[in-house]
Amino acid sequence: MQMQPTTNVGPAAATASGPTESAALSTVAASPQVLLEATGLIKHYAKVKAVDGVSLQLYAGTCLGLLGPNGAGKSTTIEMLEGSLPPTAGTIRYRGAPLGDRFRQESGIQFQKTALQEFLTVRETVELFHGLYDHTLPIDEVLRLCALEELEGRDNKKLSGGQLQRLLLAVALVNDPNVLFLDEPTTGLDPQARRAFWELVQGIKARGTTVLLTTHYMDEAYVLCDRIIIMDHGKFIAEGTPRGLIEEHFGEGAAERPGPEGRPHNLEDLFLKLTGRDLRT
Amino acid sequence: MNRNTRRFAPLRRLLALLHARNLEFVRDRRTLGWNLLMPFGIVFAFAFIFSGPEKPLFKVGVLTPPGVTLAQAKAAHLHPLLGTRFMDFYTPDNADAAVRKLARHQVDLLLDLRPAAAPAHYWVNPDSPKGYITEQLLRLNDRTAVRNTVTGKAVTYVDWVLPGILGLNLMFSSVFGAGYVIVRYRKSGYLRRLRATPLTAFEFLSAQVLSRLLLVMTIATLVFVPLTWIVGLHVAGSGLLLFLLASLGALSLISLGLVVAAYVSSEELAGGLLNLCTWPMMLLSGVWYSLEGASPWLQRIAQGLPLTHLLDGARAIMIDGAGIAEVWPHLAILAGMVLVFLIVSAAGFKWRVE
Repeated sequence: MQMQPTTNVGPAAATASGPTESAALSTVAASPQVLLEATGLIKHYAKVKAVDGVSLQLYAGTCLGLLGPNGAGKSTTIEMLEGSLPPTAGTIRYRGAPLGDRFRQESGIQFQKTALQEFLTVRETVELFHGLYDHTLPIDEVLRLCALEELEGRDNKKLSGGQLQRLLLAVALVNDPNVLFLDEPTTGLDPQARRAFWELVQGIKARGTTVLLTTHYMDEAYVLCDRIIIMDHGKFIAEGTPRGLIEEHFGEGAAERPGPEGRPHNLEDLFLKLTGRDLRT
Repeated sequence: MNRNTRRFAPLRRLLALLHARNLEFVRDRRTLGWNLLMPFGIVFAFAFIFSGPEKPLFKVGVLTPPGVTLAQAKAAHLHPLLGTRFMDFYTPDNADAAVRKLARHQVDLLLDLRPAAAPAHYWVNPDSPKGYITEQLLRLNDRTAVRNTVTGKAVTYVDWVLPGILGLNLMFSSVFGAGYVIVRYRKSGYLRRLRATPLTAFEFLSAQVLSRLLLVMTIATLVFVPLTWIVGLHVAGSGLLLFLLASLGALSLISLGLVVAAYVSSEELAGGLLNLCTWPMMLLSGVWYSLEGASPWLQRIAQGLPLTHLLDGARAIMIDGAGIAEVWPHLAILAGMVLVFLIVSAAGFKWRVE
């Protein structure tokens, strides 16, 4: 199933209580600028078709969430979109052109697993990446955005998990990117660190940065994403606003009205309904 | 958990880890294969290089007539001394170089059999004890040979071997230093992160090369300068030229390390391949002994190794006082190797583990 976005699933201003669709409609109607577009993406490994002909459009100023169980193909998809993995077939265009130097200059990526040079301090690490781009934010501003001012002199190897994730986000933001990829950025963090990270991402979104997020946390997707795509077996199986999808599958008002389990339906209910309850290997 | 189990818990944990590591080792077939092949390779290489008849006692340079090889001269009995056993005869590239070696006691006698020189002429260093014995043997066989003498202070083995040891140190620091770091960066995902920036492979590799070059040349200088005072290490030629040669040599060795690092993601396999690069140089580049007199094909292999050109050039500058006119072929070959190695490593550079 290939999902083609329409004007009713465009950008929206996400809040801590969930996205607002009316805002989405007005924003998209005004300027539905497609920043990144993928068409017919396929990725084959030796015996596995990891991604099977998916297409998507990422609108400027929005946050798109890519969700799916383990092995669904979302990491492969995001790696192709980041330009770090060549697709077997299909095209990816940034501002209408193939991914190239401009994309690298204007994109920021926080990988799921990345090591940094152990013997550099937080500030030195940000300075290193600052030196790799043509257009950058002031280093102090990057440190402030990611709440790293008090840690700037600390060695990378002495950072906690949450602090390291903030540093990786700082590295991804150093070039003031137009599009920011966050690949499972809060995996392994405690609830406090996760919520602190959400606030950082909210702040980044408020600056107008476009975000593509993958996560296994449904509450995270609900809070941060204007639009989500659910993926399984290498294909996109659902796309829409988080609230819109819940209502589409569980009925109008299901996101607020208590359901059979005595609580409103949420994204996790939707996710399990669409991808099943079987354990993925 | 019962008492017995608890008492042996550390051993049990150790055995569990040992088993897991052994499984990992056995299942990593490339590393396993390398670990099996490497010792065989080294043992066979040593056995081959050091096999053969007893080492000769005396070394004699023979200037043969044009178009006549040493083997032909021996077969044709061009001179009776050529039939003497336990003498290492070799054909020098040119007479002047051979005379310089004679002056430094590196050759015991130089025999000139070229047509214009009939009867045979020979050169000997009267200050050399082995030269004296060799001359006595010559006079027993040929009383008409015309004597020429050269004088000069002996170059001690320390004088000769120190450049080799310094070069060896430079080689290990260059090849392993650059290679391992990049493989580790790749394995940890750091390279993949850098790839997401506008950085190119060439820029990244150049930065690594320059960083390593700065480090190894600083260390080499810090080691070399005190040696000139402590053991009286003397540089007959230009120190600046020696620095230039050492820098080019280090560059070529760093670039060689990059060739391995460009393609490999396993630190263990990288270690094996880097050893594969360094062992032939340790054996064949003249670190410990001169390959003069070794089989021609062995010498040809040695000419393909960067350390050979670094050491030959360094000894020429330090011992013979050679200038740029004499060492430029070494400089040119090293520069060519840098270029080739950098192109090969940049072309095949992998940013991520496949």
